[in-house]
Amino acid sequence: MSKNTVSDRFRKVDVDEYDENKFVDEDDVGENQGGPDEAEVDGLLRQGNLNGALHAVLKNPPLNTKNHNAKERAELLVVRVLSSFKSSDIEKAVGSLDKADVDLLMKYIYRGFEKPSDNSSAVLLQWHEKALAVGGVGSIIRVLTTRKTV
Amino acid sequence: MSLCSFGVEPLSCHAWNKDRTQIALSPNNNIVNIFEKKGKEWVKIHELTEHTERITGIDWAPESNRIVTCASDRNAYVWSLKDEVWKPTLVLVRINRAATCVKWSPLENKFALGSGARLISVCYFEEENDWWLSKHIKKPLRSTILSLDWHPNNILLAAGSADFSCRVFSAYIKDIEDKPGPTAWGTKMPFGELMLEHKDSDGCGWVHSVSFSASGDQLAWVAHSSISVADAAKGKEVTHLTTDYLPLLSVLFVGPTEIVAAGHDCCPFQYTYKGPGALEFVKKLDMPKQSSKTTTSAMQHFRNLDKKATEEDSTKLDTLHQNSITQLCIVSGDKAKVEKYSSVGLDGAMVIWEFKTGGSGDVFQKGQRAADNFWGGVDDPLCSFPVLGCGAIPHTQTH
Repeated sequence: MSKNTVSDRFRKVDVDEYDENKFVDEDDVGENQGGPDEAEVDGLLRQGNLNGALHAVLKNPPLNTKNHNAKERAELLVVRVLSSFKSSDIEKAVGSLDKADVDLLMKYIYRGFEKPSDNSSAVLLQWHEKALAVGGVGSIIRVLTTRKTV
Repeated sequence: MSLCSFGVEPLSCHAWNKDRTQIALSPNNNIVNIFEKKGKEWVKIHELTEHTERITGIDWAPESNRIVTCASDRNAYVWSLKDEVWKPTLVLVRINRAATCVKWSPLENKFALGSGARLISVCYFEEENDWWLSKHIKKPLRSTILSLDWHPNNILLAAGSADFSCRVFSAYIKDIEDKPGPTAWGTKMPFGELMLEHKDSDGCGWVHSVSFSASGDQLAWVAHSSISVADAAKGKEVTHLTTDYLPLLSVLFVGPTEIVAAGHDCCPFQYTYKGPGALEFVKKLDMPKQSSKTTTSAMQHFRNLDKKATEEDSTKLDTLHQNSITQLCIVSGDKAKVEKYSSVGLDGAMVIWEFKTGGSGDVFQKGQRAADNFWGGVDDPLCSFPVLGCGAIPHTQTH
């Protein structure tokens, strides 16, 4: 019997990495991709300027980086801002965003769904409903098909 | 509009003959059925059974009366009508994955075949050996080709593919044609030359369908969440419009500035393109019929609420098509001015639409029921749907 039958290390080889036909995305690392500015958002939240905080947190999304920490931090910050809104204010806040921001908000909402915590899913569902009314199913399609996840 | 139901299987693809009396379509299997319109009915006159796997593309050349079909069995056949029988000729496409789409060129001396093998096969007939040969376009395609369209000059070919890009290639075959003159897309056009490559920066998904305008200077394509137009006359500038709807699967230029697109929303949409930066949604082209609400008894009402938590008892969509539209095809007119176009969908129905430019105010008229259900025994769910007209249309107009 050959010695090879003992080791099963080959099972952990990722064969897709060695496929020469593998589709590789072009990586353009954009500037300002570090995620929203925590200090700025914190400040606005403490002042009670929720709309301002929302706009601030939707700036500089970490779309192009492979840095998972940046993405995690951005997501937590976004969920914090979204949770601090009153239910009745959500609709107006979504109304003040432009198309691209609504798409970005949808991306953060779905990312938030992936890791639910405490009451986050209920809040996110309310935001989802309002964002859907503005963005249409098209915004959800863009969340599903985008190569650059937030 | 008139709807014709060809059974319950989805229709993968369809093609019309020159005078639009016959239609070739495939009900999601390896057979092509050719139906002829006899009076108000569509009667099956031929069955083309050479493929062994699901047919993915059919195209019928109007002048030379040849049909080309391609399927997942990695083959394509060119069919010619001899003595009332369609005889197939195998085409050597030399692909090792399924073929996905096929289109005759405007002069019908060659056709292009897209495949999952990440290449486009441009096939032409070689007289000496009496067979169809193919030349491959490989670079820089990175994934399956999903759709093709020819430029009116018979040389340029647009391809939409699953690597999120739309490209225009030159498919000039020097054995069978003369050197082309310069066009707005470029001047040097050797075989396989890339004239335009556009990748959506946000990866807007696969490019499902492409369509050149009548002049060939504009190219429209639809991706998962957007519709775009590239304008060669204006420096190949690309105008992009993200949609709020479900993905569009098929697009067609119906006039110099009008575009019709349809997809998973089961309804054709009209867009207008007036120049770079001016791509807009106009309207939905399928008006939901005024459904006569059948009066349900109070008992029925509460029973519905109890069992199904809903007040209505209908699962039918408002649109004519009950499932996604997969392909649009011109029926009458040409790309410069389309009068009628047809759509087939996953619901097994083929609908012929009339395209009218301008006109506001949709008039509902009780029209004649034009739906035929083919397999008999099954009641057609769409009964007495209104015939749609815009503006002043005489009642006597027939489809």
